[in-house]
Amino acid sequence: MARIIVITSGKGGVGKTTTSAAFASGLALRGYKTVVIDFDVGLRNLDLIMGCERRVVYDLINVIQGEAKLQQALIKDKHCENLYVLPTSQTRDKDALTVEGVTTVMDELRKDFDYIVCDSPAGIESGALMALYHADEAIVVTNPEVSSVRDSDRILGILAARSRRAEQGEEPVKEHLLLTRYSAKRVEDGEMLSMEDVKELLRTPLLGVIPESEVVLQASNQGIPAVHMGNTDVAEAYKDVVARFLGEEKPLRFIQAPKVGFFKKLFGG
Amino acid sequence: MSLLDYILGSRKKTANVAKDRLKLILAHEREEGGPDFLPALQEELLAVIAKYIPVDKNNIKVSMERKGDFEVLELNILFPDQH
Repeated sequence: MARIIVITSGKGGVGKTTTSAAFASGLALRGYKTVVIDFDVGLRNLDLIMGCERRVVYDLINVIQGEAKLQQALIKDKHCENLYVLPTSQTRDKDALTVEGVTTVMDELRKDFDYIVCDSPAGIESGALMALYHADEAIVVTNPEVSSVRDSDRILGILAARSRRAEQGEEPVKEHLLLTRYSAKRVEDGEMLSMEDVKELLRTPLLGVIPESEVVLQASNQGIPAVHMGNTDVAEAYKDVVARFLGEEKPLRFIQAPKVGFFKKLFGG
Repeated sequence: MSLLDYILGSRKKTANVAKDRLKLILAHEREEGGPDFLPALQEELLAVIAKYIPVDKNNIKVSMERKGDFEVLELNILFPDQH
């Protein structure tokens, strides 16, 4: 039976899609049959980040509306054997996603996959609610910055109240916090909220810290999920996130600024 | 920030300012909004009560309050006058 994980945040531009692509790829690299679904109807982007934008023929909405079979809409990833992408539609009809339709698709996917990763749109409108509704676990992507932390708090409240698990009185959605765009240097300088600060404010266990890095842009430029970016800190950090998610003990890395020389410390730079 | 800045105390740590502001606003918003299920709970309670007693939907109020260590769910229903 598959586990359903929603990647959500409330705020836009914090790294949901980057994380969805990297996390789903990481699960597939570990041998799990995984599908990653784009829920951002009208603003399709997961296909670009996964590098499969030219292979989209049918999408989630086509499947829901009975215009295509699920198997026709699933795109096999080119980097990982066990990974599939289910793109969303570019339609402007925001009611295209229906609870019944999404439930049917989820039930069908559950039979075939180990993990179903749902890439949520920003905001707290119907698309975001639909993405989190079926979740067993949630990864709340947060930047160490005031508006992102506040929106994450809001989305944590919604997860606790509006998910299927909440509605049916089941065990609550398991919540994880993922800090992205983290600059250890700026934290040390007292210019950025630390991971301890954010963890304390949001009262949610920390799954990992992804350092701010130019690698993320290089990855999206090429349509390669960040976890495949060679020996970079971002790729390593995402691999650690996947390992921790699977229950392994992994100490946090990339949370300390590189040591600077005495003169630079004295005069700044 | 350089050591000289630190010694001269020329800059306040903005991360601490951010944390303090967030602490206040999050505590306020968690209290004020109450849990997100309240409107739905109110609707459903109204539907059940309306089955037995005719009540106006404006005459039912559901609220949640934190008192010390526990939360109190308060349900206030105003019944119509009996003839």
